[in-house]
Amino acid sequence: MNTRLSAVIAMSSRYGTVARRAALAVVVVWLLVLPQLVDTYTLVLATQALVFGLLAVGVGVLTGHAGLATMGQVAPYAVGAYTTAWLTRHDITAGLLQLPAAALAGALFAAVTGIVVIRARGVVALMLTLAVGELTATAAVQWKEFTGGSDGVSTPPARIFPGGAELFDDQDIYLYVLVVALVVAGITALVLRSPAGLLLAGVRDNEDRMRAAGHPVDRYLLLTYTGAGAISGISGALLMTYARYVSPQDVGFDISALALLAVVIGGVRSTAGAFAGAGLIVFTRDKLGNWWPGHAPLFLGILFLIAVYLLPNGAAGVAQQLRSLADRMGLRVPGLVPRTPAAAGAGDGTVPASGAPVPEEADAR
Amino acid sequence: MTDLLTVTELTRSYGSFVALDRADLTVAEGARHALIGPNGAGKTTLLNLIAGTDLATSGRIAFAGRDITWQRPHRRSRGGIARTFQHPSVVPVATVLDNVLLGAWHHHTAAPWRRAGRRRIADDCRAILETVGLTGLEHRQAGELSHGRRRMLDLAVALAGRPRLLLLDEPAAGLTDADVTVLLAVLRDLSDDVAVLLVEHNLDVVAAFARTVTVLHHGRPLVTGTPAEIQADPAVREAYLGRRKVAETA
Amino acid sequence: MDWLDAHLIPALDGVAYGMLLFVVAAGLTLAFGSGGVLNLAHGTVYAMGAYIAADIGDGSWGMLVLALAVGAAAGATSGGVLAVAVAPVARRGHLDQALLTFGIALVGGDMLVSYFGADQRQVAVPKALEDSVTIAGHQYPTYRLAFIGVAALLAGLGYWLLVRSTAGAAVRATTDDPEMVAALGLSPRVVHTATLVVAGALAGGAGVLGAPIITPSPETADTVMLWSLIIVVVGRLGSVLGALFAAIAVGEVQTLGVVLAPDLAPYLLFGAMGIALLVRSGSGILPEFAARARVLATRARALKGGGA
Repeated sequence: MNTRLSAVIAMSSRYGTVARRAALAVVVVWLLVLPQLVDTYTLVLATQALVFGLLAVGVGVLTGHAGLATMGQVAPYAVGAYTTAWLTRHDITAGLLQLPAAALAGALFAAVTGIVVIRARGVVALMLTLAVGELTATAAVQWKEFTGGSDGVSTPPARIFPGGAELFDDQDIYLYVLVVALVVAGITALVLRSPAGLLLAGVRDNEDRMRAAGHPVDRYLLLTYTGAGAISGISGALLMTYARYVSPQDVGFDISALALLAVVIGGVRSTAGAFAGAGLIVFTRDKLGNWWPGHAPLFLGILFLIAVYLLPNGAAGVAQQLRSLADRMGLRVPGLVPRTPAAAGAGDGTVPASGAPVPEEADAR
Repeated sequence: MTDLLTVTELTRSYGSFVALDRADLTVAEGARHALIGPNGAGKTTLLNLIAGTDLATSGRIAFAGRDITWQRPHRRSRGGIARTFQHPSVVPVATVLDNVLLGAWHHHTAAPWRRAGRRRIADDCRAILETVGLTGLEHRQAGELSHGRRRMLDLAVALAGRPRLLLLDEPAAGLTDADVTVLLAVLRDLSDDVAVLLVEHNLDVVAAFARTVTVLHHGRPLVTGTPAEIQADPAVREAYLGRRKVAETA
Repeated sequence: MDWLDAHLIPALDGVAYGMLLFVVAAGLTLAFGSGGVLNLAHGTVYAMGAYIAADIGDGSWGMLVLALAVGAAAGATSGGVLAVAVAPVARRGHLDQALLTFGIALVGGDMLVSYFGADQRQVAVPKALEDSVTIAGHQYPTYRLAFIGVAALLAGLGYWLLVRSTAGAAVRATTDDPEMVAALGLSPRVVHTATLVVAGALAGGAGVLGAPIITPSPETADTVMLWSLIIVVVGRLGSVLGALFAAIAVGEVQTLGVVLAPDLAPYLLFGAMGIALLVRSGSGILPEFAARARVLATRARALKGGGA
């Protein structure tokens, strides 16, 4: 292989191949100019998809990276949403204050519930998180002073800065939500691609080995669970920004199941995939649901079936198959440790090329 | 030699089944100590309890003068206990080098969160991989390795933890003769600062490596001695070797 | 005595609720036990039975029997369909199965609403059971009392089937050791399919009989499914007798609990589920806490010793 080419690949591989970065850039630009391309209704749906996608990112971090399948990520989402509602009603309407507050509330909530949740695995984790989610939804009905009970709570519009203009226009709201979602998702993806991603892969795939090697697995998981709580809390804050209303209906167990579906569609370990899955779900529910009114559940149900039967590794799995093809053609992707020139030479020369994907993207559900 | 590990009256029962029954064991500093015994004698249970992978029902484990009976496994690892697993235990999605990096993570002076630190750790990891004969496979996914190579990787991960006590659970099981030779060479080259406690069915390996042998039977240590003493012990023959060809130990 | 008098009716209602939920949850726990299928479409089968009762039932005994036959048959069919649907992903773990059955529940729920309408339905009770009986000076609907009797009978039958009969032995054996069963020449898949069919018939039949108690509406499926899940978890996965006690407990929380502690009762159900998971999950959550407590105790003792 040409040495310069291999150097370029080695450089870019930490953040994905050049092609993937270009594709990501195109998508981001498309999202930024979307308000000029589509009608208001579609734009509102896109906003909804971004908020829901950010919820799915939290679910994906836990399900795909930490190996804790969760049906209860609506809980910190609800905490974030109700916290934001409370702040707005107490005249703290600036998004720049609401977002950290909602993240903190979601994280605190997750840190407390996580002490218990992170000890469970598999189906027990699934049911334990379901219990946490449903208990939170129950609290949303019961604790009327804070949540408005089953009637829900509505709020005046938010602003970005203290004293700034109100976020009222659908375009402004969309762009605000987009920027926040991109920043949060970007940070999440960077963290997962840092050595932290390797630690999580170890915990997910071989917990006993990690413990025996000195890794405090529980602490890693609690930290991850708390981080996912913060992400979901922010997602809840964005829900308040665009819908300006939240009720226990918005934080029910079906939303959790849909978020899990979004992650499965997009590929459990792909951050961008979570948004793609969320977009597909919102599109299915609201566009197709409008086309044949009252039958959104049917389309969503079919989406579940397709996802389970046809996409065992999600959309990202298809992309991964393409990538492993590229690997076999000699474009190998190294792991986390930067290769020294000598090792790179040895790797390219003496070792037969394997279909080895990057650890954090290897999709072995 | 002073005692590095002292196990006192250690019991582990699963319901009515007692896997380990008030077992006593001491492992000296720098020991080359083998645990042998028939299947179900409690060898792996004892190893798991010492490593913290499993918790005892009662009894006491002291390591380097500290009670570690209830200490969690990662703390024991930081204290200097490393182990391999009966079924070679690696992180399949990570590369070979990353596996060893994970083993060295909390045991290296360099900071794994910095790129330069990781590079320094990786250099040491490569050296370890060389000793176990995995050079050239650094960037392969661990899940793709053959059984024997996974076993050597498991060992490399344990060595990366710079242990004072190395627990090996049947390190030669499923290895080819060539691999066993590499394994024995690695074990022979270990510093005298490292004590090794080894569970092994392959008595050739035990004979070639161990200076002390403890025979476990029905969850209790039957006898401890040099390999020659053990071979000559009539109780051992009855409990253990009686069912095997004595020639195997020769 | 006054206390008992005031709470007799809710307590009795709780038993009726509990018995109904038990019949539904027994099927869920069987399916999970024998095939490891976490069937999130189970509540939908109940809803289907309830809709059938509302549609066919006209207050006559004949029509009730017909509805029961149709409901059970439809339930059994759904069980068969589910077994076929789940088979390709049987090896892929609980998450995929849960998503799959949830998808089936959505599709099934949509079909129910399309066919039966989205309104909550009132269900006709046979004329002979329409009245009330007097229990300790209280009026109580005869149908509920009769239902308690029928459900108790069903529970007894189910217990006998599972614990005493050969078929039950096969189901339990499949739960514990599918390879052993296969070695005996019995296909675990046949046992598993049969279990899902029986579970479906139970849920469908329970829907028909229980329609006057938990009435059919678009929310019924989710509610029944979540409550059944709680029962299955609290009653220990795969255990029939445990499910019975858990079901009555859930029924009482819904009725007596709401009267006695209206603020607390809503939390009790999922709270109990969470606690049950903690107490007996295989991951040893509580033993780990116990071990940590011992570490702290040892440290505290060491500190004390050091200070003295």
